[in-house]
Amino acid sequence: MRITRHADDALAEIWSAADQTRKKKSGDGGASEDEAAAGAGGQKKVAKRGEELKEEMDSLIEEIDEVLEENAEEFVKNYVQRGGE
Amino acid sequence: MPLPKVIGSEIEYGITVQNDRDFDPISNCVLLVNSYEDNREAQILWDYDQENPLADARGFDVEGEKYTPNQQENIARNKTLKNGARFYVDHAHPEYSTPEVTNVLDLLAYERAGERSLEQARRAASLLLPFNNVLLVYKNNSDRKGNSYGNHENYLLERRTPFKDIVEHMTPFLVTRQIFCGSGKVGSENRASPCDYQISQRADFFETEVALDTMVKRPIINTRDEPHAEREKYRRLHVIVGDSNLCEVSTYLRMGVTSIVLGLIEDGEITKNLSIVDPVRIIKEVSHDPSCKREYQMERGGHMTAVQIQQEFLAMSLRYFSSHEIDPIIKDVLVRWESVLGRLAEDPMLLAREVDWVIKRKLIMDYMSKRGLDWKHPQVQMLDLQYHDIRPDKGLYFLLERRGTVDRIIEDEMIEKAIIDPPTDTRAYFRGECIRRYSDSVFGVNWDSISFNLGEEPIKRILMNEPLKGTKAHVEELLDASPTVQELVRNLTS
Repeated sequence: MRITRHADDALAEIWSAADQTRKKKSGDGGASEDEAAAGAGGQKKVAKRGEELKEEMDSLIEEIDEVLEENAEEFVKNYVQRGGE
Repeated sequence: MPLPKVIGSEIEYGITVQNDRDFDPISNCVLLVNSYEDNREAQILWDYDQENPLADARGFDVEGEKYTPNQQENIARNKTLKNGARFYVDHAHPEYSTPEVTNVLDLLAYERAGERSLEQARRAASLLLPFNNVLLVYKNNSDRKGNSYGNHENYLLERRTPFKDIVEHMTPFLVTRQIFCGSGKVGSENRASPCDYQISQRADFFETEVALDTMVKRPIINTRDEPHAEREKYRRLHVIVGDSNLCEVSTYLRMGVTSIVLGLIEDGEITKNLSIVDPVRIIKEVSHDPSCKREYQMERGGHMTAVQIQQEFLAMSLRYFSSHEIDPIIKDVLVRWESVLGRLAEDPMLLAREVDWVIKRKLIMDYMSKRGLDWKHPQVQMLDLQYHDIRPDKGLYFLLERRGTVDRIIEDEMIEKAIIDPPTDTRAYFRGECIRRYSDSVFGVNWDSISFNLGEEPIKRILMNEPLKGTKAHVEELLDASPTVQELVRNLTS
């Protein structure tokens, strides 16, 4: 199973972090294989880390909403530049 | 390496004024550059006499009109800063050219110093605008409506390097390097095929392989032959194909790796033909494939992915440095290049801390999935634009930086120092120090000259044809021994 976006961003991040310390198995090694290797304790850790990442993402989205320009459609439409260089 | 690489970047920023129905980019650019406090009172010309942007690296001059604004306008549009940089109005954009530096860490420091200087100028300029008008500046390269503005990189090369070697080897390199230094863009423009999200801001705008133009029919290899240094000895490769990056790793790799590959070309160490069939089409195809899995037809036969082409350049570089001296910065660039390419081959989304187009793509996709939006939604386009906003409190890249979710290369102190001080190891030191010490007497500046107003005497121009002279080691003592500009000129010419 390959990691796809949307649902598995959190897992992808864990992989990215794990990748710093060890070489991932080549081939089609997926999340399930990795979790099995890590054992039951590892699974709990992964779940906990997954929750943390979800919370981080939620707080990021909230922070973006606080600063994102209002009237996006109008704003984007009005952003017109002359070609440069 | 045959000679230490002298490098620099020129960044054109996007500019707009919110709530101003009659927004005029040029007058607001003039307001912006004149609001920067560095050296506001100085009356220093940009010395166009030394410039010849119509010379062509293939050996002929091209007809055209050279733009030389009158003196007052010239002073209003051009600011040479104490750190040796140039902050000015280029057509309808504010532009920041870093001083000449000798390594990619310094490049990063001065380029980021530019972001902060523009932000300081933006805040000061906003105070002078009517209530409700907000001056906004973006470090991006397109308005998503078919208008692009540049990020230009400069690399000093030895003149003896055959230009045809540069064209042959740099074309496939430049077509594919966007995978680690594109800034990402929602949608396509300039008649390119439709897509949700692409790797590069600029790829849609490249229409020819080799030419002099930068504004229309943009070429992958720009032939402008204006070395800003001794002509017989040097050429300056002007790379116009890149995106402006917010994230440090992308800038660092873009200019670090390009310097390395150019060094190999100069030494004749690119031993493989990596030419791609139809590079003008492929630069867009690479950009339109965020999976980085697509294969492209090679001139010598067979097919390769963009990652594989970069890995070939990496392998040749590693081989080269196995038998040559290597400095720690180059070594670090090589290590990161290898690591980033490995993860691009596996899954590009693994680079959501390091590579601009991946960082932005993940940010947008997280937001879309949380809010149930699609790629066409105006808020998604707003995210795409606001990622590049230079305001630290509003820019989405800076929000991520503050949250610690993107990797950094340099410390903030290095950026703050670069706002104030010139580099010590190029002629930018002499330029910056002259402006600091003798501001009232500096008449005009260009990259390779500085001229002084000595009162009764004629203007005295000092040529700086050697980018690696005029360093702190060369001139600090002389500057210290010259309290006045008259003494400086006497000491320099005696």
